[in-house]
Amino acid sequence: MATIRLAINNKSYSLDAEPESSLLTVLRDHLDLTGSKYGCGEGQCGACTVLVDGKAQRSCITPVASVSGKPIMTIEGLAKGERLHPVQQAFLDEGAMQCAYCTSGMIMSAVALLEANTSPTEKQIVDFMDGNICRCGTYSRIVRAIQRAARTQRPAPGKGAAR
Amino acid sequence: MSTRTNLEIPLEPERYELTEASTYRFDLGRRDFFRFLGAGIVVVSVLKPAIAAQESGGGRPRRGEALPQEINAWLHIAESGKVTVYTGKVEVGQNIRTSLSQAVAEELHVPIEHIAMVMGDTQLTPFDMGTFGSRTTPTMNLQLRKVAAAARDALITLAAAQWKSDPKHLIADQGRVRDTANGRSLEYAALLKGQQLTEVLPQEDPLIPAADWKVAGQSTPKVDERDFVTGKHRYPSDQKLPDMLYGKVLRPPSFNATLVSADLKKAEQMGVTVVEDGNFLGVAASSTQAAQAALRAIHAEWKSEPQISNKELFDYLRKNAAQGKDPSGDGDHFETGSVDRALSSAEHKLQSTYTVSYIAHVPLEPRAALAKWDGDQLTVWTGTQRPFGVRGQLAEAFHIPEERVRVLMPDTGSAYGGKHTGETAIEAARLARAAKRPVKVVWTREEEFSWAYFRPAGVIDVSGGVNSDGTIVAWEFHNYNSGSAGIRPYYEIPNQRIVFHEVTSPLRQGSYRALAATANHFARESHMDELAHAVKMDPLEFRLKNLKNERLRAVFQAAAKQFGWDKSKSPGQGFGMGGGYEKLGNIATFAAVNVDSKSGDVKVVRVVSAFECGAIVNPDNLRNQIEGSNVQGLGGALFEAIEFDNGKILNGRLSQYRVPRFSDLPLLETVLLDRKDIPSVGAGECPMVGLAPAIANAIFDATGVRLRALPLVPNGMKAS
Repeated sequence: MATIRLAINNKSYSLDAEPESSLLTVLRDHLDLTGSKYGCGEGQCGACTVLVDGKAQRSCITPVASVSGKPIMTIEGLAKGERLHPVQQAFLDEGAMQCAYCTSGMIMSAVALLEANTSPTEKQIVDFMDGNICRCGTYSRIVRAIQRAARTQRPAPGKGAAR
Repeated sequence: MSTRTNLEIPLEPERYELTEASTYRFDLGRRDFFRFLGAGIVVVSVLKPAIAAQESGGGRPRRGEALPQEINAWLHIAESGKVTVYTGKVEVGQNIRTSLSQAVAEELHVPIEHIAMVMGDTQLTPFDMGTFGSRTTPTMNLQLRKVAAAARDALITLAAAQWKSDPKHLIADQGRVRDTANGRSLEYAALLKGQQLTEVLPQEDPLIPAADWKVAGQSTPKVDERDFVTGKHRYPSDQKLPDMLYGKVLRPPSFNATLVSADLKKAEQMGVTVVEDGNFLGVAASSTQAAQAALRAIHAEWKSEPQISNKELFDYLRKNAAQGKDPSGDGDHFETGSVDRALSSAEHKLQSTYTVSYIAHVPLEPRAALAKWDGDQLTVWTGTQRPFGVRGQLAEAFHIPEERVRVLMPDTGSAYGGKHTGETAIEAARLARAAKRPVKVVWTREEEFSWAYFRPAGVIDVSGGVNSDGTIVAWEFHNYNSGSAGIRPYYEIPNQRIVFHEVTSPLRQGSYRALAATANHFARESHMDELAHAVKMDPLEFRLKNLKNERLRAVFQAAAKQFGWDKSKSPGQGFGMGGGYEKLGNIATFAAVNVDSKSGDVKVVRVVSAFECGAIVNPDNLRNQIEGSNVQGLGGALFEAIEFDNGKILNGRLSQYRVPRFSDLPLLETVLLDRKDIPSVGAGECPMVGLAPAIANAIFDATGVRLRALPLVPNGMKAS
């Protein structure tokens, strides 16, 4: 056991855990942040995706000690109060879910994608998201949701700062 | 409209829907209802005997003040105006929490957000056989409509009595009863003050015709959608209780192994609960890691017999098949006309064999259960399509009456027919009993692959006889093991022999979305294509020539039009179709595939499905279900197959077992045919059955190679 300090959703936590415990286990079992899901335990399905330093990371294969002190964002920290993040809103607007068990990971991956690329092409979306599995098969809706979020996040033409 | 009688046969009981009769005894009197629910109005839905036999396992006669036992749903409107609907159906992503709420909102004239649905809680909801077989929309949706309509009419009667008005002038609108003669109105809540009304569903209640629907028929968003994009919704694996322990089970090294001996000493010294009970070995600890460490400290010896591998599978199925029973109308054997004579005199005949591999459901949320004991009362939260069935399994496992078991089913991370059984619930409950604390068990992905059950593998022999003008004269069809769902042809064929041969499966098998209809449609619709080519007819023209059912013709024609069946193709491209009739819905699916002649890669680039399931309840959700069926269906059609040898699964991880991903996604187009004159039926299964044959037929069109095994191209065209 070791004491580990974590910065999750702009809150600081200090807890005792085995350093090799996965970040996912710590989030779910120690901190009761159950929005991040277990799907495979080997980084193959993306249901556990969180942001570490703004980048998408599979929390099921991330030793908790490796992210000590780094800013971590989970699905629970994405909305600002009652206001949903544009990606969350876009998933609702496109009806991009069925059972929605994959949705947290999909949204976190999409947020990371749009952080890095504000107007991805369809091919770039597919390539980036290919590590996230939706067994209900709502992929086409998720692609549309990401395209919609990209549109709403981009400053409207003419209004944004000119380059 | 001409509807062939052979399409009107009632749902055939399907052997692979794991079912069991109910031992539930429903003895709630009307006073119990109000003690439990508070004052207001209660309307109970009673199934007709024929449906009750299928949905609720039969009933008992009414007596005294007891309400009838065949209740399958009830609705309560409290004095506060709050509407609560109780049904044993469950939500696994098919979105019935929303579509059932829509039905109630429509008939009761209340905003959808005023309705709470209590689902799949064996203590609060009436018995239900389970959520499978695309039965919710044709049965529960209709029942709830009737219940809500009866409640609305009771409220109008109350208002009429209070105002001494003619009920003919009263209407229900936005949670109020309004007198159209003078504009006076009262909220439902005000009308219900101090009332204790019960209604047992009158059969003749007027329902709003589909053509006049306002709420139903609309693309209403998922009712609790916000909880799913914020991570707030608690799936079964997210459930938690104070003092809860984490459970793990020691799995045998192979299927059908028996425990010879176990050394538990080390594990017992680790401060965890260790249970050995028959073949069951498990631990419960304060963390998953501690439980895993304790499992590793157990030394167990197992004994098992040699078992076959997937390489010998199809020979095994054929050799170990039971003969179909005699042709006396048994579900296993259907015969009409004189098939042997017709086959021998047909101008063209073809015999082909098709095979289907075992595949896994891979629900993204693995099985999970949280169990707690209060004295001899057991409560379990678990993801299952059959909460009442799991209650029965728990009662049996622990030798306690069902009355002492409560199963709750939080909306679950998908199932696809894979969560009918209660292993995880039993494991958690066994460990909780020993630990005297609540225990949660969540299966790993590897456990889910090995210890759940599979879609049955199968071998299908088809012989077709056809005359040169394209008339099919004979059809012989033998299915070994995969199942009898969708086994009967919908084409007009005077001479038929259809036989299902049961086999003792080498792997544990069970329900999977669309059951054997996928395998049987694959064989039938592939063979239709082979016959069309044998008589040099266009496959669409050939199908339509032998198809009289108007609803099926309509979907084939609609899909062909949207797809552009006559369009020219690029080099390496092929077009194909498949379709049929299943679970009362009608589907036609057209696919375009590109085959790379150098690499052998096969890519499905476009899929057009036309679907008709009567009056449409929620168009966007229906599209979502059809798109999802096609995406999920790509896996079983192209590359999914369970590999196994000597009682072990060889590819039981997501890094080894490929499921469809974003990059597999074709362009999906859906044509919905809305038949407002026909009662709504389900859509979770039927849309899946056309895809595999459409792809196989398209590959043949592109390459001239006929593939007759699912999956079609696990390693591309070259290796297959």
